[in-house]
Amino acid sequence: MSDRMLTMAEAIREAMSIAFDERPEVFLLGEDVGIYGGAFGVSGDMYHRYGAERVLDTPIAELGIVGAAVGAALSGMRPIVEIQFSDFTAQAMDQIANQAAKIHFMLGGALHVPMVLRTPQGSGTGAAAQHSQNLEPWFASVPGLKVVVPSNPADAKGLLLSSIDDPNPVIFLEHKLLYKIPGREPVPEGSERIPLGVSKVVREGKDLTIVATGIMVNKAWEVCEKLSTEGISITLIDPRTISPLDMQPVYESVDKTGRLLVVQEGPAQAGFINEVIAQMAGSASFGSLIAPIMRLAGMNIPIPYAPQLEKAAVPQIEDIEIAAREIVKNWR
Amino acid sequence: MSAHPLIMGHPTSSPEHARHALLYMWRIRKFEEAVEDLFGRGMMHGTMHLSIGQEASPTGMCMALTLQDQITSTHRGHGHCIAKGADLTRMIAELLGKEIGYCGGRGGSMHIADVETGNLGANGVVGGGIPIAAGAALASKMTKKGTVAVSFFGDGAMNEGAFHEAANLAAIWKLPLILFCENNKYGMSSSTEKAFAIDNLAERGKGYGIPAVNVDGNDVIDVYEQAEIAVKRAQAGEGPTLIIAETYRWKGHSRSDKNLYRTKEEIEEWRELDPIPKFTAKVIKSKLLSKEECGAIAQEATDAIIAAVNESVKAKPADPAGLLEAVFKKVSV
Ligand SMILES: Cc1ncc(C[n+]2csc(CCOP(=O)(O)OP(=O)(O)O)c2C)c(N)n1
Ligand SMILES: [Mg+2]
Repeated sequence: MSDRMLTMAEAIREAMSIAFDERPEVFLLGEDVGIYGGAFGVSGDMYHRYGAERVLDTPIAELGIVGAAVGAALSGMRPIVEIQFSDFTAQAMDQIANQAAKIHFMLGGALHVPMVLRTPQGSGTGAAAQHSQNLEPWFASVPGLKVVVPSNPADAKGLLLSSIDDPNPVIFLEHKLLYKIPGREPVPEGSERIPLGVSKVVREGKDLTIVATGIMVNKAWEVCEKLSTEGISITLIDPRTISPLDMQPVYESVDKTGRLLVVQEGPAQAGFINEVIAQMAGSASFGSLIAPIMRLAGMNIPIPYAPQLEKAAVPQIEDIEIAAREIVKNWR
Repeated sequence: MSAHPLIMGHPTSSPEHARHALLYMWRIRKFEEAVEDLFGRGMMHGTMHLSIGQEASPTGMCMALTLQDQITSTHRGHGHCIAKGADLTRMIAELLGKEIGYCGGRGGSMHIADVETGNLGANGVVGGGIPIAAGAALASKMTKKGTVAVSFFGDGAMNEGAFHEAANLAAIWKLPLILFCENNKYGMSSSTEKAFAIDNLAERGKGYGIPAVNVDGNDVIDVYEQAEIAVKRAQAGEGPTLIIAETYRWKGHSRSDKNLYRTKEEIEEWRELDPIPKFTAKVIKSKLLSKEECGAIAQEATDAIIAAVNESVKAKPADPAGLLEAVFKKVSV
């Protein structure tokens, strides 16, 4: 184990570089991924290291970019598309949801689409409603897409390598606020993969199970730390891939804790985390619950601009803390 | 600082017109400088897209419009908003997340709209406003309102499907629409040389059957003259016009831009083509305004911005309490 503390942007760049070195058919395309180094600095110096033939700066044309990636993927290449903000996947949704997601199934397996679409999502930057959405459920609700939501640099690296290997379209949702901060754990050197579809038990406790995605894993971690000093011990589970979703560790944990709190950044209405609740409700472990399942999610509103409004729109550490305390205290 | 009465007509047709053109270009310049300052001092959050260097384009275009004519704008929208007559205090207050801001603090820089002056809104989505402007023009045509709609957008937006689909609709339906492209040579780091296979973006008009002209986007007179022709065509039911205004953004794309894709020399060259001194020299030479009057106009703009900032700083911050109720307009019974 190395002790390299990378940021998530660095870890993703490293994974892309490894894939570039391993396979000549891997390339990156997107707006400002070249000389600019990516709007969030993720591609960084890759343009200088790999050249304009493999790091393709594109015009502002999301539908065209993703469509070109789909076509190239059908034809032997392994494109990584960067969409500058996940909000602009809306422009490309035909190619994502109607084309990439369905081609393998619809064409009887004749073709497949080994494409990764990486895109930053989430609030907290003051960029307002069209630049701050958490769109996990948009993609998780489309059969034929795999959806990855890394919460830390080490996972991002291993999961991205698996995503690039995968013969299917993978949507890789990166939280902007995580790009510039190092994770709690070092990022291993080398090219080790983390398989898609395996949830991670981040820490184990006996009083409460928290399932959270993306940046909410980090917020929940803070709460776990704080409450552990008060004698409340919490199991924290990060699904990492929200489609396919691995519920087994959640069932096993709830069998021990009897309490479940689920947390997501996006709006509560029809959110991804509701799938976790639904699967729990239909499982044998439902009987292990001694408390109603508690859900914390964003408000059912577009993300507002002013900092005090933006904060109110999505769960904060204090909200998770209050919820966790309440469920453990009130249900014994 | 309530909105100035808009003055329509040629920028050199009278001292009042010259004064208006100069004042509005200064208002935009000083507004953008204030935004940069507020950002630097940590008083504003989010991001900012400044239009310093491009002031002549919205000013010239909007001098050909009535208050009722509509515009759609972009992420780089402060200039369009000001040129159409918006209130400076409500703009600054929005950037500072205040209740009295145009969007009640919910939208910020990229979403300021002002219905009273016909501004249907800035836009966070490149190209997002173009089909909307076509729709406003369609409504005008259907209701025989006689107003025109103008969509401001950047060179980069011309490669989005939204531009192409809207242009075609406007052409086949002969909509009273002006497609106003501020060609500042870059969409973020992508130069027009890299993002287009044609040299002159006006060629795009032909494929849609839309007359297109190139104007010096740093010359408020040239912009106005072509804008007026386009407005007349639209009003006469002859359909849309594409205006390509050649201009340049002096500042980075946004706060995180390191300007790695262009040279210092290029930026310097364009700074020499500053639209404000250019027009100032012209109106002094033609004796429309004196040197002293021009100085006083610049000062008037500065004072207006300072007053707007001071008033906004004191205003009440937006309150999270009403957010849920703000999503839908109440259904009236
Ligand atoms: C659909 C969409 N894609 C990408 C972006 C990110 N983005 C914001 S502004 C911009 C460049 C726009 O260039 P241009 O249209 O020329 O306007 P300018 O910034 O030069 O005024 C980009 C890529 C966006 N906001 N919307
Ligand atoms: Mg541009």
